[in-house]
Amino acid sequence: MDGILYAIAIMALGGLVLGALLGYASTRFRVEGDPLVDQIDSILPQTQCGQCGFPGCRPYAEAIAKDEADINQCPPGGDENIHKLAELLGKEYKPLSAEHGVEKPKQVAVIDEKICIGCTLCIQACPVDAIVGAAKQMHTIAEDLCTGCELCIPPCPVECISMITVADTPSTWKWHKPGQQRIIPIVPVGSEMGSEAA
Amino acid sequence: MKLFTFKGGVKPDPNKTQSTQLPIAQAPLVNRYIVPLHQNIGGTPRPIVQVGDRVLKGQRLGDADGWVSAAVHAPTSGTVVEIGPHITPHPSGLPTDCVVIEADGRDAWIERQPFDIDNATPEDVRDYLRDMGIVGMGGAVFPSHVKLSVPSGKHIEELIINGAECEPFISCDDRLMREQALEIIQGSLLFGRLVNAGKILIGVEDNKPEAIAALNAAQQQHNAPVAIVTVPTIYPTGGAKELIRVLTGKEVPGSKRSTDFGVQVFNVATVQSAWRAITYGEPLISRIVTISGAVAEARNWSVPIGMPIGKLVNLAQPRTDSDGVIMGGPMMGFRISTDNAPVIKSTNSLIVHAPGLFPPKPAELPCIRCGSCAEACPQELQPFELYWWSRASKFDKLENYKLFDCIECGCCDYVCPSHIPLVNYFRFAKSEIQAEQREKQTADAARERHEFRQERADREKREKAERLAKANAARQAAGATLNASGAATAVANPDDAPDISSHPDQASTPIAVDNHPVLDAAAKQAAIAAAAERARLKREHHAVKNGDTSP
Repeated sequence: MDGILYAIAIMALGGLVLGALLGYASTRFRVEGDPLVDQIDSILPQTQCGQCGFPGCRPYAEAIAKDEADINQCPPGGDENIHKLAELLGKEYKPLSAEHGVEKPKQVAVIDEKICIGCTLCIQACPVDAIVGAAKQMHTIAEDLCTGCELCIPPCPVECISMITVADTPSTWKWHKPGQQRIIPIVPVGSEMGSEAA
Repeated sequence: MKLFTFKGGVKPDPNKTQSTQLPIAQAPLVNRYIVPLHQNIGGTPRPIVQVGDRVLKGQRLGDADGWVSAAVHAPTSGTVVEIGPHITPHPSGLPTDCVVIEADGRDAWIERQPFDIDNATPEDVRDYLRDMGIVGMGGAVFPSHVKLSVPSGKHIEELIINGAECEPFISCDDRLMREQALEIIQGSLLFGRLVNAGKILIGVEDNKPEAIAALNAAQQQHNAPVAIVTVPTIYPTGGAKELIRVLTGKEVPGSKRSTDFGVQVFNVATVQSAWRAITYGEPLISRIVTISGAVAEARNWSVPIGMPIGKLVNLAQPRTDSDGVIMGGPMMGFRISTDNAPVIKSTNSLIVHAPGLFPPKPAELPCIRCGSCAEACPQELQPFELYWWSRASKFDKLENYKLFDCIECGCCDYVCPSHIPLVNYFRFAKSEIQAEQREKQTADAARERHEFRQERADREKREKAERLAKANAARQAAGATLNASGAATAVANPDDAPDISSHPDQASTPIAVDNHPVLDAAAKQAAIAAAAERARLKREHHAVKNGDTSP
């Protein structure tokens, strides 16, 4: 009989000690904010274009974290980002949803400075402060800072903003993957590696 | 002297004797030189000449942009006829900004003055070498003045001058050591003095006995404190890390610099051109180029930077069946996409390609996991692991296998029994990872600016609301006084409420942000509409004008 009481007492004591330890750890090592949102946000391209239907990348990341939005709504991030999000969240990959737009090569906005009237509307629209100018002064876009979100185009009353595709330079150029034609395929078609290599 | 060895390496047929028989020849003047602005690791020099300017040989064309950058100079006298994109020797085959000079045939030098090194601070010397365009001429074109500034707290025990020249076909350093041994010794002493080196070692592979003899003779003539060390011929001994290993036994990991281990390495041609810059005031405007392969007369040429490669190669009389030019050697070089591409500071060799010179690479077969690549790798990596992850585009895994320690020497390609282009896979993976890092950086910067902008908008809104609340309170107070005293006028403090003065009739109505008279956009919109109309007319006007001029 005593044996059983001892056993219960030891287990209860153990539970108490471990419980106290866990309780302490949960306050001592508390993580501020939602790390998942930060992780998702770090994958998103930060164009702040709103094509996903949310006012910026962070709100979209929050919606994904709460499972209120799908992972395939970001056209600038494209296929690559969907794969990364799928891997991070343990979800199934989906192709980019057509209603949110199509993946385009990287573009930047350019102001035709002859036509610009200096109305500052594009400056107010730019989510990343990439446009320089003042009222009744000509505006210009800092090419390095422009994310290509196209939000400055609709407000322009004189239609002087156009998008140009950024050309590769020797310093941004990437080596191509060597040819994949093989005599004996190593990986069965349809597996993860096979579909990526295709 | 005790030598060390590195693991791996290969012994390809050197093929150097073809081009070492004849002395270095001076390339003749041509009528057009294309000088790329970006010929160094780091910032792209800014052009300081304009189209139409007359320039003299050795005149600066572009100023170094930042600390890691080096100036570029005119290779001959003439006129600047264009500053614009041209194709230069680069694996991408993409154009980059160049200064095009039409030679006047006089080849007239700018006034040259020796640099007074005895009365100069180390900073002055480094600035001078940067402005003379001195960069590493072994192929990496890293600005030399950056490598000459030793981080504080570090001491250079061994300064290594690299004359190994391990890559097949290339013999420009060999011929330079034979013909300009004295200048190389003096340049080595100069660099030894600049970095305050404990000892100076010149490493030369044992397949260049003439070069070793010439260096020894020059060293004895001056009794210079320089050791000429013969190293065994194994490719890639000429790699900086491999030569450090052979001469000092020190192993430099990819994440560290050789200065952390008290070693610095320069190419023989680099110290020679730096010495000429200090002694004669000559900037780096020419280099030795080996022309070999499918040609009637293989030899080395002293070539002005900017000379079109097609014209240079023609001097060697290429075989009629030649079908392209490789810049660099057969192990690390790449095909050049146009004959018009110019010779640049890193052009050490041009191999004229023809069918039969190099056997075509057989089709790629599956990896059989034999491990030969790992045995050949001088960096002690596991190329097969790198290959699997590169091929699967799993780039994060490549960090663990130290992809960026790969020096792309091509030993793994050379030994692979399945003929897998391993180095191409690694280059592909490296450039993808670098592009991803660049994208990440721009995305992070964009996020920061966006967050700052939102914060600013919130702050402005808050401040506006506070101002309005204050103004409303003042107005109500004023109304109360009015009602109480019945006095004629009581003007609110203009600093507190600058907006009310123009709308006295609204003085007692509380104003919300939404119906604020100044924020009321009607007037603004009318102005914008008018401006839009003007701009439309202007644009139509432009269109009509352009329509008239275009055919």
